[in-house]
Amino acid sequence: MPATTTLYLTPDDWSAIRLSLALAGIVTLVLLVAGTPLAWWLARGRSRWRLAVAAVVTLPVVLPPTVLGFYLLLALGPDGPLGRLTQALGMGLLPFHFSGLVVASVLYSMPFVVQPIRNAFVAMGERPLEVAACLRAAPLDAFFRVALPLARPAIVAAAALGFAHTLGEFGVVLMIGGNIPGSTRVLSMQIYDHVEALEYAQAHWLAGGLLASSFLVLLALYRLERRAGVPGAGA
Amino acid sequence: MLAATLQRALPAFTLRAELQVPAQGVTAVFGPSGSGKTLLLRALAGLDRQARGRVAFRGQCWQDDAQGRFVPTHQRALAYVFQEPSLFPQLSVRGNLEFGFVRTPAAARSVGWHQAIELLDVGPLLERAVDALSGGERQRVAIARALLASPQLLLMDEPLAALDVARRREILPCLLRLHRELSLPVIYVSHQIEEVTALAQHLVLLQEGAVLASGPTAQMLARLDLPTAQDEHAGVLIEASVVSHDADFHLARLQFAGGQIELAHGPISQGTRVRIRVQARDVSLALSAHDDTSILNRLQAVVVELGPGINPAHAMVRLDAGGTALLARITARSARQLGLAAGSRVWAQVKSAALVE
Repeated sequence: MPATTTLYLTPDDWSAIRLSLALAGIVTLVLLVAGTPLAWWLARGRSRWRLAVAAVVTLPVVLPPTVLGFYLLLALGPDGPLGRLTQALGMGLLPFHFSGLVVASVLYSMPFVVQPIRNAFVAMGERPLEVAACLRAAPLDAFFRVALPLARPAIVAAAALGFAHTLGEFGVVLMIGGNIPGSTRVLSMQIYDHVEALEYAQAHWLAGGLLASSFLVLLALYRLERRAGVPGAGA
Repeated sequence: MLAATLQRALPAFTLRAELQVPAQGVTAVFGPSGSGKTLLLRALAGLDRQARGRVAFRGQCWQDDAQGRFVPTHQRALAYVFQEPSLFPQLSVRGNLEFGFVRTPAAARSVGWHQAIELLDVGPLLERAVDALSGGERQRVAIARALLASPQLLLMDEPLAALDVARRREILPCLLRLHRELSLPVIYVSHQIEEVTALAQHLVLLQEGAVLASGPTAQMLARLDLPTAQDEHAGVLIEASVVSHDADFHLARLQFAGGQIELAHGPISQGTRVRIRVQARDVSLALSAHDDTSILNRLQAVVVELGPGINPAHAMVRLDAGGTALLARITARSARQLGLAAGSRVWAQVKSAALVE
């Protein structure tokens, strides 16, 4: 039997899987580091811009990915404001590169990470932080030692959601990254190409794998949630 | 001395509190629900940035909006016990207790680890998870946690309010012990006059956001012009010392400025200084001495003034028994029938009295 049929997946398939996993991993990491303070600010900031920023962060939930991808393409392009910035910084242009995918995916998956964390921060209320302040903890200390541990179930859930969501994204990536093998051709794109080429068996392996792994991630998430009880519930 | 002038606007009323309380002993802030007690306490702690004014404690300025000065809560030498224990659920009992303890520089530690654990009797709970504790245990841990931050001022917001009567009885002695053993000034918010009587040497009465009166508890409780006299459990506090103990009948005889009083009590040694609480509803009045009565304690007294009672059927009478103030709650009709007025000589029959500590 030829190697391709015993392996079931072509080297191109593997490359797309690796790319998708790398993208999802980096995006999740970026979102945890940047999204947690953002969620904190959205939950307890006093700025009048808070609601507007909350709405912007949530936009990707309701917008077709193509809309987001289109405007990102323009903004990051040679004549776009962000494109000029990246060129001035010596980073070149991001579209049709892996880094462009990262930027686009961070924006696209942001609500799925920021919302659950923000909700946990809202649910825990002021009290734990007030208690911490009355026990000599400075605000930053209270954030790391009280708020973050209390929000931990939500943060784990947010990371899983962000990861799974980035893994499955298609529209934004297509708009901003094109379909360059080994550089921007991610899993969902590879599946699309297989289907276009009527390689249904190949498509099944990838699509089925994505379906199963997404299901497992969500299942693990719900089990975690049940074990942790309601996130942020105080005693 | 804790001195504060605070203002805080709310939809229902504006808190305008001027407060001068000694920086020692227990000061109770007493008032009905919604009188601004918690608001005042939070403002003192710096938890409410909307509150404007001045707060100074032992010469340290904690807040002075005129000078744009505000010391954030975590830099004020205070601890706060909330009405709900508010333990950190992700930490064990030990973790909760350590939280403030490890953040206190060793040189600033005024309460020892073992001392706090023994005072609140939380030793057996140390390794337990917070959600495995009963309500009373949680509040004891919360109080111990506050003490272990070695505060110079302890703020307590109705720490017993969320507990049933049995749990209160379990914690109240802990609080009394705490006040006896630590020279830690406490501001204690409560709407329970029994708690106030048992714990506080100084009383601040709050009504609709303003300080109505403040002063030593015993003096305040004897006044008819304050809402404390309208409480179901209105009564006075009397300083006394033990004269003798009757083991057969289980009675202690106590001497105070206005005479002697006997009350049910276990063995107690002669000369012990005690405080007796006599509730107004347990004092009845007669114009002559009755010997054919089950009431043990009869004190000669002079009526000082009469005031309204908790409802129109009642009247409050303030008496002077040889220099000691007593309150009696009788019916308005009895007051009329006996022809009571300031200067009337009466016998006060004290049906029951209790030692406070």
